Amino acid sequence: MNVPAAWYLVLAALLFGVGAFGLLTRRSALIMFMCLELMLNAVNLTFVTFSRTLSDISGQAIVFFVMVVAAAEVTVGLGIVVAVFRRRSSTSVDELSEMKG
Amino acid sequence: MIATAYSVPSIVIFVTAALLILVGAIGVISLRHPVHAALSLIMTLFGVAVAFVAQSADFLAAVQIIVYAGAIVVLFLFVIMFLGVDRREGISVEPLVGQRAFAALGVLVTVAGLIALMARSHWVSGVMSVSSAGQPISTGQGNVKELGTAVFTTYLFAFEATAALLIIAVVGAVLLARRERTTQPEEVSS
Repeated sequence: MNVPAAWYLVLAALLFGVGAFGLLTRRSALIMFMCLELMLNAVNLTFVTFSRTLSDISGQAIVFFVMVVAAAEVTVGLGIVVAVFRRRSSTSVDELSEMKG
Repeated sequence: MIATAYSVPSIVIFVTAALLILVGAIGVISLRHPVHAALSLIMTLFGVAVAFVAQSADFLAAVQIIVYAGAIVVLFLFVIMFLGVDRREGISVEPLVGQRAFAALGVLVTVAGLIALMARSHWVSGVMSVSSAGQPISTGQGNVKELGTAVFTTYLFAFEATAALLIIAVVGAVLLARRERTTQPEEVSS
């Protein structure tokens, strides 16, 4: 018998937590994008686990779409990082403070 | 006790995947060097792929390796090398006072809430899905056929929308990362 779904769900929750902590504390925009990928992967793992548990293929189909959106998001995000780096020679989000009131 | 209730190989696979995922994730958030963090991210993605295979999502595991480890992490590494930001980030200092404590508190509350939600809920309703026409998805031998049927029938509109999304993303990335050579001399002269 396979391990229960709850184990994978707890693992996904922990992965989401680690990713969220990294997103909140790291300053480099590149590392923040990586933490975003961690959180997306945690959600994907949850979807696949529920797909197996509920015996429904829709979960896997949605994971497929999440992967496409993640790829698009990373492409545009890294484009923005490159554009910002051209202007201020840094990827630290602390230095992007023009909008500060 | 546990070994009698669940088969040993599935437990071994789960522990392997969990170790890969958590060690890689902690590496991503704690390593100072961006290249090391990206390599650590590959480890996590591989662990997630192992978990996908263990739950009979073979196609998604292959896509996970090809798209994430093969394309996204390579894109990360390319940008790191291209910008030359492969220097260490000082993570010992805390720019905002109490930021890490608040972040840790918020994350702890979130994760505890998620786990409590799982522990108190009963997800398996016994009702078969409508999208797969009441057929349970096949396990153990891959379900690429069911996934393909679902993507190309139930989710056909979303599938076509992803094509438009990818085109927009490519155009946007080119537009953002382009170096504007023609306007540069005019700004200097004027």
